[in-house]
Amino acid sequence: MVATSPNDAFVAFEHVQKSYDGVSLVVKDLNLSIGKGEFLTMLGPSGSGKTTCLMMLAGFETATHGRIMLDGTNINEVPPHKRGIGMVFQNYALFPHMTVGENLSFPLEVRGMSKSDREAKVKRALDMVQMYSFINRRPAQLSGGQQQRIALARALVFDPSLVLMDEPLGALDKQLREHMQFEIKHLHESLGITVVYVTHDQGEALTMSDRVAVFNDGRIQQLATPSDLYERPDNSFVAQFIGENNKLPGTIEELNGDKALVRLATGELIDATAVNIKEKGQQTLVSIRPERVEFKPEMMPAGAHTIDAEVIEVIYMGDILRAVLRVAGSNDFVMKMRNTLSQTRLTAGQKIKVGWHPQDARALDPM
Amino acid sequence: MVDVTSSAPDLLRTADGRPLKAALAAAQRKAKWRAFFLVLPLLAFVVLTFIVPILKMLERSVNHDGFSSNAPAMVAWFNANPATADIPEEAYAALVTDLKQMQKDKTAGAAGTRINYTVPGTISVFKSAARAAEKMTPPYKDALIASNKMWADPLVWVAMRNASSAYTSDFYMVSADLKRDAADNLVRVEDNQRIYVYLFAKTFVLSIVITVACLLLAFPIAHLLAVLPMAKSNLLMILVLLPFWTSLLVRTSSWIAILQEQGIINDLMVWIGAYGEDGRIRMIYNQTGTIIVMPHILLPFMVLPLYSVMRVIPPSYARAARSLGATSWTTFRRIYLPQTLPGIAAGSLLVFILAVGYYITPALVGGADGQLISNLISFHMNKANWSMAAALAAILLAAVLILYWLYDRLIGIDRLKLG
Repeated sequence: MVATSPNDAFVAFEHVQKSYDGVSLVVKDLNLSIGKGEFLTMLGPSGSGKTTCLMMLAGFETATHGRIMLDGTNINEVPPHKRGIGMVFQNYALFPHMTVGENLSFPLEVRGMSKSDREAKVKRALDMVQMYSFINRRPAQLSGGQQQRIALARALVFDPSLVLMDEPLGALDKQLREHMQFEIKHLHESLGITVVYVTHDQGEALTMSDRVAVFNDGRIQQLATPSDLYERPDNSFVAQFIGENNKLPGTIEELNGDKALVRLATGELIDATAVNIKEKGQQTLVSIRPERVEFKPEMMPAGAHTIDAEVIEVIYMGDILRAVLRVAGSNDFVMKMRNTLSQTRLTAGQKIKVGWHPQDARALDPM
Repeated sequence: MVDVTSSAPDLLRTADGRPLKAALAAAQRKAKWRAFFLVLPLLAFVVLTFIVPILKMLERSVNHDGFSSNAPAMVAWFNANPATADIPEEAYAALVTDLKQMQKDKTAGAAGTRINYTVPGTISVFKSAARAAEKMTPPYKDALIASNKMWADPLVWVAMRNASSAYTSDFYMVSADLKRDAADNLVRVEDNQRIYVYLFAKTFVLSIVITVACLLLAFPIAHLLAVLPMAKSNLLMILVLLPFWTSLLVRTSSWIAILQEQGIINDLMVWIGAYGEDGRIRMIYNQTGTIIVMPHILLPFMVLPLYSVMRVIPPSYARAARSLGATSWTTFRRIYLPQTLPGIAAGSLLVFILAVGYYITPALVGGADGQLISNLISFHMNKANWSMAAALAAILLAAVLILYWLYDRLIGIDRLKLG
């Protein structure tokens, strides 16, 4: 289902550029292919161009340059109401003067559907989100989570093959958000629709998506599956943006294929996997996930380099213990340990040695 | 679960056993008094300058003692005798007694004015009769009728009987273009004398036309104001508010310069050859003038409520409707317009109420047929016909209050948004 070439893509951006003021580009030469039935998330900080891309796809913004293809046809000139794309908005945008039923009926009415067909479809869509009993309520009488479900049902009621979601869970509290994530994911799987989802919440992107496009500065920094994105970031921006990361600056001492030996600024040597490193002597930023850092020698692969560390503090977080360490001169090196019965309890001031599997330390471009 | 609805309220007490309600009232009493004293100056001001004058005006509209206080003998005779078609000599004798007293007190004019409201032309009859009363000899009936035939007119006697009490509905009767016939029944006045009902109707129709014109003009402007970026919308807002800051007379005279027969528009039309010199259209000093100038003056009152409502309608509603397949017209009609209804209702109510009572603009540009009911009220005030002016004003007030009540029933006062 993952489209790799623009030819078999359901949605394709081809060399799309967008400028609002004619001076700077918000979207710079975007190329993206989305397969039919795929759940693709556009992830990035605010101002990275992800929402602009979604608005261009929905038809509310026009591309300054390039083509946007939907199911093989160029939709640049097609007005939004003829694109047949369902959309869920950030603040739901449920029409306040209509009941839930009228809200859902609206897209069917403008399509000239008969009353009995409309009622059947509205019932089916509301049943899908378990909200049929609320059909006569007004949006203002619903909670945030209920409004979210109605917005979802409204975007799906006219059977669009593509649904866009613009930070739909941003206004919900954490528990409800997580619950809705699963619900949206299940709807996507059971209906077989294509979803383009925009968010700035990386946790949401990782749990829901088939693929994630990480946006920054108007460009896609990396387009990959969630696990690739987390475990094998292409560059420092992605490594930093997705999850927590320890960064150790240094220079490449030895380079053998993708195996690299990095000398840190303080003189220690560590193993790493070269990612976008070209030659020996290059400056690099080594990135290691906190949960992949080990301090027990038996957990480290044979011959792995270890370096000295001093425990600054240990924070109890329930499921994990989070140790802040002084490593190679920096005071913010983090190590996460599972909170098990047998786990060694570290104390502040303790001197330990830490290391990791060379695969988990990725030598990236210095930002 | 404890049933808190039925038994709990009378059980709720503070820790020392006092009822909770009383304790709460005691705790809040001081704050309530302080709040009351803070609004007291304004309350006194409103009572003195608004409520008292309006009550006084309402009283004036049903009270006129011009006749009853100056004709005690007549009042006594009317009270003692039932209405009759044949007026006896003793009634004329009482009349002469009163006329003599009026001549001494110089009050014949006041009494005549009161009768004049319902029977036009009686002021001079009263004045001349009072002057002649001293020399009259019995039988007074013949003497009076000889001096003026009107004294035999049963309408005059019906009018005097009705005026013998200070409290009267005569002014409302006149305002409704009604009069009393000789048998004291209410009948409509002759066609050529019906002015009030026609003028009330015209005032309401013109006000509706002006309100609709304001709405049509203001809606696009308010929308533009609501969607433009702040810097541009502020500039536009200044242009909208400019009429507020310009003297009413300056604005009105500029309209005169534009609309008159030798004015800019007519000059332009003649110049481009739309019509010849002799075809110049009269657009001011008539009803057309009122219809053109009034919306200009009342436009801000429509723009501001609309703007305040439109500003808070998120653009995502329109986008959502478009993404759901609605054309821009359907989106406007089904999504945008219904949400602006509170603003439309507030603006229309405001403009309509202002238009119904507007005085100066119709007076300046309305000519003969562009006058509204307020101009007639002003006419009666200038003639010191206070009761007549008060009755007309009270009818106007009642109409506006009914409108307000209807608005509350249909839309709800709490949804009124004035900006």
